[in-house]
Amino acid sequence: MAISREEVLHVAKLAYLELSEEEVARFQEQLSAILDAVSKVAELDLSDVPPTSHPLEIANAWREDEPRPCLPLDEVFANAPDRDDDFFRSPPA
Amino acid sequence: MIDTLRLTAERARELLRIGEVSGAELHAAYRAAIEEHNGELNAYLTLAEGPGATDGVPIALKDIISTRGVRTTAGSRILENYVPVFDATVAANCKAHGLPLLGKTNTDEFAMGSSSENSAFGPSRNPWDPSRVPGGSGGGSAAAVSGGLAPWALGSDTGGSVKLPSAFCGNVGLRPTYGTVSRYGVIAFASSLDQVGPVAKTVRDCAFLYGVISGRDENDSTTVDVPKVELPEGDDLRGLRIGVPRQLNDVEGIEPGVKGAVAAAIAQAEALGASVDTCELPLSVDYGLPCYYLIAPAEASANLARYDGVRYGLRSQGDSFREMAMATRHDGFGDEVKRRIMLGAYALSSGYYDAYYGTAQKVRTVIKREHDALFEHFDVLVSPTCATTAFAVGAKSQDPLAMYLTDVLTIPSNMAGLPGISIPCGLSDGLPVGLQLIGPQFAENTLFKVAHALETAIGFDYVPERLR
Repeated sequence: MAISREEVLHVAKLAYLELSEEEVARFQEQLSAILDAVSKVAELDLSDVPPTSHPLEIANAWREDEPRPCLPLDEVFANAPDRDDDFFRSPPA
Repeated sequence: MIDTLRLTAERARELLRIGEVSGAELHAAYRAAIEEHNGELNAYLTLAEGPGATDGVPIALKDIISTRGVRTTAGSRILENYVPVFDATVAANCKAHGLPLLGKTNTDEFAMGSSSENSAFGPSRNPWDPSRVPGGSGGGSAAAVSGGLAPWALGSDTGGSVKLPSAFCGNVGLRPTYGTVSRYGVIAFASSLDQVGPVAKTVRDCAFLYGVISGRDENDSTTVDVPKVELPEGDDLRGLRIGVPRQLNDVEGIEPGVKGAVAAAIAQAEALGASVDTCELPLSVDYGLPCYYLIAPAEASANLARYDGVRYGLRSQGDSFREMAMATRHDGFGDEVKRRIMLGAYALSSGYYDAYYGTAQKVRTVIKREHDALFEHFDVLVSPTCATTAFAVGAKSQDPLAMYLTDVLTIPSNMAGLPGISIPCGLSDGLPVGLQLIGPQFAENTLFKVAHALETAIGFDYVPERLR
């Protein structure tokens, strides 16, 4: 299952990852090999098998919908690279 | 003189109780050991301040667990200067039980790896032989416990990151049933698999620590009520039914020394009264690894989307949000993390979702059913934790697939959400061999009982030979 250079670049864009030329070439080779190995899952007949998304059968684990104190704003922003008053600042979208 | 290499947490608790040592003396002994050996082992990334007024047995936490006011990196450049403003529930549980924090231990970046070599801060080293890896991803916690730099520690296990390092370093490590331990404040890798677990020198310490951290947490809706933990005693295994899955025990590439030590442990169990029978897991072993390497990276690619340089962590320069975020992630993430994000994003992308992620979720059902069927006949399944002992630093770091194969024996039961414990069962060429015991969901007490009986019968000396 070879993955093309274009596919590597497409996925990198989806994943918000800037890649160097060297990384593009290396990931193309490595991801092809890994996809080859994991494609083994397609060998099984799974037509009557439901998917498992979670190992326990838990549904609707709610708590009471009551307001509780949250973190003070100074703590919320404690690790922010760029704070502007009560906002996180980022370059323009 | 406190011998940190040999002192168990249980004994330390007893020494504190009778007033033989103070909490400050105990803490100081570990700090001195860290001072002396951390340069060689690189087990700790960050040390905590002194013990304060707490007179308890100190603990080390894997650096994937948020600790209020103590830097938490997840082994990544992207969180190199991140200082959490809240405690993970498991960290809060340790505090509430009076276990002062020694420090934060090294890990493969975002817990992705089997050797700790993917840490942005250099690999940890195996106390039995520093030219070898301690396993991963929780190599720092395992090396700290085995090297006498902590009496016990917490790790986290997604595909084997508690069980494997415990095997490589001669420790007892538990991966609990999914949902028994809160993941709140634990930096997420693959949410349907991640589970925090204890690493210790003895099964009783492991069980005690599991009692400290387990239970329902309203901050993690995947947690459930947990049966009361029983500290194991005695060595009577009469009536216990042990299954030996052929595919786990005859796995390709198994070292003769590993096979021999595991066979001897199984014979011990029989001598203690257990009935032993061979059984089959034909699909789980063949398809477990491919299934894992679709589901875990897919979940990781979603979980790691949050590192975009806005709310916390590294920020690189860029003229637009997209350029800034892409540059931040390029500079902040290491090779393996990028590889898994790419793999996961690909498996989830339009046109491939059903073929990869959707199919893997169905395979997960197959694996779960195969294990469920065996537990109609057996109480516990046994196998090696890994086909080999600890390998040399650098041996697999250039070959991702070879590294992934390291976890082929720990992954299948993890996919099914089952608990597993690794205990040392002997040496192969001077390195510890791990025995993996797997139980049905919520059977931790059974695992502790069997593991304790075998630990006593085997009499493994957990102090690394070169340090005795």
